[in-house]
Amino acid sequence: MEYKFVRTTCPYCGCGCEMLLEVLDGKLVGTYPSKSGSMNYGKLCIKGWNANEFVHSPDRLTKPLIRKNGTLEEASWPEALDFTAKRLAEIKETHGGDSLSFLTSARCTNEESYLMQKLCRAGFGVNHIDHCARL
Amino acid sequence: MTNSIPEIEDTDCIFLIGSNTTEAHPLIAHRVFRGKLKGATLIVIDPRKIQLTLQADIHLRINFGTDVAFINGLMKCILDNNWHNPEFIDERTEGFDQLRKSLEGYSLKRASEISGISVEDMVKVAKIYATSEKSAILYTLGITEHSHGVDNVKSLANLAMLTGQIGRPSTGVNPLRGQNNVQGACDMGGLPNVYPGYQVVTDDNVRAKFENAWNAKLSNKVGYMIPEMMDRLIDGSVKGMYILGENSVMSDPDTHHIRRALSSAELLIVQDIFMTETAELAHVVLPGACWAEKDGTFANTERKVQRVRKAVDPPEGAVPDWKVISEVGKRLGLNMDYSSPSQIYDEMRKLSPSFAGINYERLESGGIQWPCPSEDHQGTRFLHQGRFTRGKGLFHVINYRPPEEMPCADYPVLLTTGRRFAHYHTRTMTGRCPTLHNEFPTPRAQINLSDAEKMGLKDGDLVKISSRRGELTTPVQPGDIVPEGSVFMDFHFMKANPNILLGTSLDPVSKTPDYKVCAVRMEKVIEQNSATQSITEG
Repeated sequence: MEYKFVRTTCPYCGCGCEMLLEVLDGKLVGTYPSKSGSMNYGKLCIKGWNANEFVHSPDRLTKPLIRKNGTLEEASWPEALDFTAKRLAEIKETHGGDSLSFLTSARCTNEESYLMQKLCRAGFGVNHIDHCARL
Repeated sequence: MTNSIPEIEDTDCIFLIGSNTTEAHPLIAHRVFRGKLKGATLIVIDPRKIQLTLQADIHLRINFGTDVAFINGLMKCILDNNWHNPEFIDERTEGFDQLRKSLEGYSLKRASEISGISVEDMVKVAKIYATSEKSAILYTLGITEHSHGVDNVKSLANLAMLTGQIGRPSTGVNPLRGQNNVQGACDMGGLPNVYPGYQVVTDDNVRAKFENAWNAKLSNKVGYMIPEMMDRLIDGSVKGMYILGENSVMSDPDTHHIRRALSSAELLIVQDIFMTETAELAHVVLPGACWAEKDGTFANTERKVQRVRKAVDPPEGAVPDWKVISEVGKRLGLNMDYSSPSQIYDEMRKLSPSFAGINYERLESGGIQWPCPSEDHQGTRFLHQGRFTRGKGLFHVINYRPPEEMPCADYPVLLTTGRRFAHYHTRTMTGRCPTLHNEFPTPRAQINLSDAEKMGLKDGDLVKISSRRGELTTPVQPGDIVPEGSVFMDFHFMKANPNILLGTSLDPVSKTPDYKVCAVRMEKVIEQNSATQSITEG
């Protein structure tokens, strides 16, 4: 049996509460507030206290999907990545980089947003990158 | 935020406007409670009788969308009574004479008529805010999500500069940001006008630096903002879109318009953890990993960069998003071969002076607030000490503009929207948390008790709400939270999502849509039972 707590940051609002994820044998079983967090000093809201509950949902996406003949069909990762890159390159080739737009996510990490804007700017020579901060 | 969250509890006056803090930012609301306990005066300005109004010393029930008229009124009171801060204005600002001149003939009576706040209350609040030693403005989307959101923000900045309530601890102009990493997505250059660290894309030196680092030819033209991307998908000038972790179909205003835009794409790539309404329209769906399954960093609303740590493996087949984006990039010939998020952060910080001093090793002992220009810099608790980013703070003369779509004979009710305590945005996550779902299983539109009586509605009864864009059916929750003639809806449930009703009137500068003021018609549903079933299933 492996039992541990992992210190991390809450995935919901912009407060940035520090929390401890309770892990038993590779599965999340609970969430607790971190007492050392300078922001929330041992407290969480109702969403934070239950943040672990959606992680192991059976609804999680686990297979890449590609639309074929109008329906989304399961594909392997290499197939999905090759298809994605090929189609992006084709549209750039045919219509120019200006015909592509990218949305990064206010829910993902800094590192991932950095990569999305790098992909957009370096890959297609355009600045058509935005996210929901505007909304 | 210009200042830090813990500083809120040491201020003398909390000026809270357009923020339902207890529901949207509960742990910041806790600091507000503590501030109040320590003796701060709490002023809440909100059309709704939100929970914080129970603790407030003063609640001003401002008319929807009239913030500019009200704030100009406050500044007029401050100037008339010499409560402004001439020393701060002289040393730190410019444009004051124009502002003073613009307010000379300003009628408080007119401001009162527009905003619904009495002149007496304006004078009282102006005095407390201006003459307290430390006053802090807190605001959220009640300020920004308007067709005049930028005007609202500039007006608050005017107010803070006029009184010198900025650049010191426990003061400032503090937007409470809504998402775990909306600050970070901006910081990282997820915007069409800036690279990471807010370095502008039109600056040749900046561009040369990034071209050199990325070995690519970059554009000096500001890119498209979201509403423009959507319009261009419809007119065909944009053909493809790659969406990371965003459920645009449910969260953007005017749902029919967004669906049409995304359905027009030749190529729509959606990377997410659940099959969202947006992913259903995609040509490619890429399964990402959630926050508990990957390493990285988030920046919270006080600019604090904090670690996110992997606790468990993603479900088999899902892949951390940084790896997915890198794999796509590599296939396009980009130099995006990374072994860890820490390596990505190091590449970013070398190019971004604001974050240059932050690294994963330092973050082990706690978050760091940017700007942090070097590894021996401790980070920045509050901004604008001694100097503003542009040098001197610039006053803007702002004139009141009414919201673009006000109630009228055909659509006599004012619709406003926001969040509820147990849910988060489009409920892709919280709807799958049994505890949260049980707390708040169905939508509830808040209406005023007197309107409910007039229409013969009781708690849970269904109404049909329609606007110029669409219609929906929702149960109501009568009470005294919203004023007469208005309705408040959350956007958590697809079957009763007010985004179907909202228009696309945008702020001219930020292109932020007006989510707070829209004209609708409300009718009681005659056959309650069958309709109830269809809503509760959603």
